[in-house]
Amino acid sequence: MNGFEQTLTTGIEGGTIILYPALGELIGERAGIVNLGTEGCMLGGALAAIVVGSITGSAWLGVLAGFGAGADVGLAHALLVVKRNANQLASGLVLWFLALGLTSVLGANYVSAIVTPLPVIKVTGLGSIPWIGPIFFDHDPLVYVSYVLVAVVTWALYRTRLGLVIRATGERPEVVAVAGRRPDWIQIGAVTFGAALAGVGGAQLSVGYVGNWSDDMTNGYGFIAVAVVLFAAWRPLLVLAGSYLFGVAVAAASVLEAHGVQVNQYFLNALPYLVTLLALVLLGRSGGRRAPEGLTRALTNSS
Amino acid sequence: MKMKTLGSKSAVWRKIWGLATSKTKIAVLAVMVVSMSGIPIATSVGTAGAASAEPWAGATTVGFITVGANTDEGYNEAVYQASLTVASQLHIKVLRAANVPETQQVETVMQQMVNEGAKIIFATSYGYQQYAYDFAASHPDILVLHQGGTYTKTPFPANLGTYFGEAYDPVALGGMAAGSVTKSNKLGFVYAFPIPQTVDNVDAFELGAQMIDPKAKTYTVATSEWCDPLKQKSAAAALVSEGVDVITQHQDCQSTVIDAAKAAGIDVVGYHYDAQALDPSGWLTGSVWDWAPLYESIIKTAQAGTFTGSQYNANFIGTFASGNNPLTLAPFGSKVKPAVRAKILAYEAKLKAGGTIFTGPIYCNNGKVLVPAGKSATAAEINQFTCFVKGVVG
Repeated sequence: MNGFEQTLTTGIEGGTIILYPALGELIGERAGIVNLGTEGCMLGGALAAIVVGSITGSAWLGVLAGFGAGADVGLAHALLVVKRNANQLASGLVLWFLALGLTSVLGANYVSAIVTPLPVIKVTGLGSIPWIGPIFFDHDPLVYVSYVLVAVVTWALYRTRLGLVIRATGERPEVVAVAGRRPDWIQIGAVTFGAALAGVGGAQLSVGYVGNWSDDMTNGYGFIAVAVVLFAAWRPLLVLAGSYLFGVAVAAASVLEAHGVQVNQYFLNALPYLVTLLALVLLGRSGGRRAPEGLTRALTNSS
Repeated sequence: MKMKTLGSKSAVWRKIWGLATSKTKIAVLAVMVVSMSGIPIATSVGTAGAASAEPWAGATTVGFITVGANTDEGYNEAVYQASLTVASQLHIKVLRAANVPETQQVETVMQQMVNEGAKIIFATSYGYQQYAYDFAASHPDILVLHQGGTYTKTPFPANLGTYFGEAYDPVALGGMAAGSVTKSNKLGFVYAFPIPQTVDNVDAFELGAQMIDPKAKTYTVATSEWCDPLKQKSAAAALVSEGVDVITQHQDCQSTVIDAAKAAGIDVVGYHYDAQALDPSGWLTGSVWDWAPLYESIIKTAQAGTFTGSQYNANFIGTFASGNNPLTLAPFGSKVKPAVRAKILAYEAKLKAGGTIFTGPIYCNNGKVLVPAGKSATAAEINQFTCFVKGVVG
């Protein structure tokens, strides 16, 4: 495999760790709630996945636990914000800190736990296509699940009644209420499901990709996911592109260095952030970027 | 009204004080103290140190502060294990605090330990440096030892010591093991930052490998984090695709890289702890911490009341040559052949007799001379190396 292919292959794997939480965050934000605790949901998911994975010996049960742990953190956020009128930003940050501390304490005994990562499965047929095969169809199954998920979320948001209700809740919850629905429960559901996806992202990192747990192992990738949603202008395909771009840029930095290309280390380290920001700002601008109205109100405190 | 003015003035003063760096604060305080007390303070310091007994002589309570978990199978667990050993060997009471962040909290924890009777405190993370120095300055009756730091000001405080091990000795031996098994002549090194400690390790690894395989090259990738599994995995994948068949690292957590190497079917040289269990077939050897002998020696010196002015009342670096290097060579994996083991152990004996891997001529990879022919670099010089040697790619 040459360096270019290697970059893209590793980039897709790594980008998937951003894609899950970003897709989840997109759903929540479409319903009008931002979750800065996404990082915390990822940490919870990552640890739960390792704990359950190492006890049961099954990485898949670990992923399920990650889904559940993310949902728990997200549900707490949603209840605080929707039912108790807590400030969205403050609640998210508090939950992040809480998750950081809790996972650090609870995870202390699992730092040395090793879980065999999810197996890399080459898709029959598709995996043998030159270029495309190794880059897109030679990964762990959670990567394939994410392909399907992007399609399903896009379809559901734009083509189903549920999607319409979620988007309407994010714009004008009053209208949704008049139409006989409960916007509060729709928001709680959307945020909780979104957070559960963030938990899966954490699980993809811990049991899907590396097979171990370490303190604060997400290193801020949850915040990257939130930023990707913002700059992707709340559109699923751009979220996909932004997540992969970030993953590819991280991989590119490694490949360039391993290849002996003399570039400043700190520049290489900043590269993923720069490239992703720049690309999404340019792409996001072209499509008439507009935040869900409810989100704008919440973030500017003008409700 | 007057009260209000006073209040706001003191608020301004507090703000300025808050903005000042700790260095400035210390300087200001020092000037205030000296100007109030005059010259006698200098003379009293001069006589008191020599005559009176050290306050920590006969200490029976010792504190250990670590930044991470006691079970990290790495840096922090090594400290924890050694603290258990000294407690039973020296029959002393040991206080422990784990997961203490590198913030002001370190000083709070130190104060709590002092309140519980600790006279000697080991602050074992590099990032505790400034807090450890500050605490030592404000508590002259407490002996503070900082692991990994270097105190650069003079005079050296009587109640402070920094200590570490010479990591590059065992790393060079690991490099020899790597050089003996590589078929592609390409070795991989994942590191965090190009600080001298790491540069020394990369250089020593490459020089060790060259002793067995003159064509060996070390390919490097920096992650800019001490533990970021995503970047570690990415780094390992890039090195594998570059064709390396042995990989090593200078990271705080090593599971990810070892697991990636195992999955790629290549070999590993470890760092911090013996991780042979993670990859029994690919494990060659590694550098592992064994702090207990050094801790024991330091505590005994302090208990005897002879700490001040001793080798530990300075920036102490344990070496193979002095027989007190806290870093040792891990057991060999099955792939390291008996003849190679003999060579490595023979070289280890040579290092223990006072040799160094940094014996000239050694060139930087940009062609500059690092160590001239016929010269051996001193520990002080080695700790200021900033260039990768010839044969290192990166």
